[in-house]
Amino acid sequence: MSESARNILEITDVSKIYGPLKALETINLTVPPGQWLAIMGPSGSGKTTLMNIIGCLDTASEGAVRLDGLNLAQLTRAELTGIRREAIGLIFQQFHLISYLTALENVMVAQFYHSMVDEGEALAALERVGLADRAKHLPRQLSGGEQQRVCIARALINHPKIILADEPTGNLDEANESLVMDILHNLHQAGSTIVVVTHAPEVAAHAERVIVLEHGRVVSDK
Amino acid sequence: MSKNSFFLARMLMWSLLRRRSRLLIALLGVTIGATVLFSLVTLCYDIPRQLSREFRSYGANLVFVKAGGVGRMSLAELNQAAALLPAEQLVGLTPLRYESVRNHMLPYTAVGVDFEEARKTSPYWRVEGVWPARSGEMLAGSDVAEKIRLTPGQSLTLDGRNEAQERYDKEFKVTGIVSTGGVEDGFMVISLSDMEEMTGEADRLDLAEASLTSNSAALSEISAQVKARFPGLEARPVTRVASSEETVLSKLTALVYLVSLVVLSLTMICVATTMMTVVLERRREIGLKKALGAENRRVAREFLAEGLILGVLGGFLGSVCGLFLAGAVSASVFGRALTPEPQLAPITIAVSAVVTIVACLAPVRRAVDVEPALVLRGE
Repeated sequence: MSESARNILEITDVSKIYGPLKALETINLTVPPGQWLAIMGPSGSGKTTLMNIIGCLDTASEGAVRLDGLNLAQLTRAELTGIRREAIGLIFQQFHLISYLTALENVMVAQFYHSMVDEGEALAALERVGLADRAKHLPRQLSGGEQQRVCIARALINHPKIILADEPTGNLDEANESLVMDILHNLHQAGSTIVVVTHAPEVAAHAERVIVLEHGRVVSDK
Repeated sequence: MSKNSFFLARMLMWSLLRRRSRLLIALLGVTIGATVLFSLVTLCYDIPRQLSREFRSYGANLVFVKAGGVGRMSLAELNQAAALLPAEQLVGLTPLRYESVRNHMLPYTAVGVDFEEARKTSPYWRVEGVWPARSGEMLAGSDVAEKIRLTPGQSLTLDGRNEAQERYDKEFKVTGIVSTGGVEDGFMVISLSDMEEMTGEADRLDLAEASLTSNSAALSEISAQVKARFPGLEARPVTRVASSEETVLSKLTALVYLVSLVVLSLTMICVATTMMTVVLERRREIGLKKALGAENRRVAREFLAEGLILGVLGGFLGSVCGLFLAGAVSASVFGRALTPEPQLAPITIAVSAVVTIVACLAPVRRAVDVEPALVLRGE
């Protein structure tokens, strides 16, 4: 098996340029399957830009990004949408749940756009994050930690190849942060590839590898 | 129904029911538009019916005479021809007979009419005094009354010679002075039965005036039927009245349709604006769905489906409200009950649905163009 076939993510000389601003500059990064990678850096360092490129929410201005062997630069917007649907599980800092759907239905939305809804499977995903008893609650009836766990259940439901979490504990208190990190631990133990963007060293400490960005460049990779 | 279709229906239902305030604003816009549309189109349908009754105050619009206008017809002949008139559109049928009479040696024209029918066919007659109610009572035309200083309550004797040159005379009491603005102002108006009794000659009619709520095409059709089936008679549409009616009706109908079109355009603008607001408010939700892998066309389909539901619901409510509005307008303007047109309800619902979907197209097109990364970051 070649090197590239072994890596779930390969980023080669990737830059992202907004007019005169270089948000990312010649980033090189490989992530093997099952790795838990944390991307750290201060505000404006390019962490979110990098995550958006990995998550097919944005494209690189230069360089190549290969996700599960596919060169994202060669894909159309519709194909990138397909990759998001099939291969990526997204966890957001602000949860982004649909306000008029219950926790269970929010998980089922991801199934709906992926393939076929399965209420039992969605309920099992909620059970996995300890929220089976809150399945019929609307987002406004859930605490921040519970909403984030629904968001994680939604990210897991389609068995993505990679889970991308942008500041997953940014809006949570310590207790809920601990709960969410435990869930991510369990996912990692089960073999999931996880990329977490964070500026909190205590969150990054859970990862097996940490890279640090500054001014769009990787300044540390441990 | 597949599980996904069921889930889509579930999402749409919750999107509408759990965002009630937004739904109500959008629904209100569609319903108001549909209400005005339904009521205007209903009135468009009903105006010819309503106004054709109003137009009957202009007098008869069909006149029966002997073919070529020569000779007199019998009541039996008239009744046979009158059987061709549509009963539901017949307002009145007045047989008339003219005779030359004298009073104090001065010549006058007496017209024998059926007073009850004359009031229906000639509602524009103004009577100072009262209408004759029994034998021996008459109306004097206003010109005659002025000429010989007749007032209600006075009596006069009419005399003359019948076709057999036999002399006759009869005393009448004037119960009223009639003003019509027409030839009747110069006539002595007596009942047909008094005319027959006075002259000793029955069953002789010079003409009959019919007042129908039919349009000019229908009147021409009746005329043709009379000509074909009763060669001795002619039914002549009163073109002056019929064409005036047609002109007024067509202009009024065109005006109402134009107003309907304007209302439809305003509804579309209103719904488009509301949908634009709704879509802008839901940019983050759209961004999320796209981030989860929803294709643009699926997101668009969901919004258009919401628009369709709003359109159908608004169209239904608008039809119900529009029926009441049209009824109220009909009662206040025409003083008559509206004839409902149930077939307009599905048409209104369909138009409302199409208008809502068309109004949704631009906002939805903008919505699906959102960049998920930007809206999820709150930009």
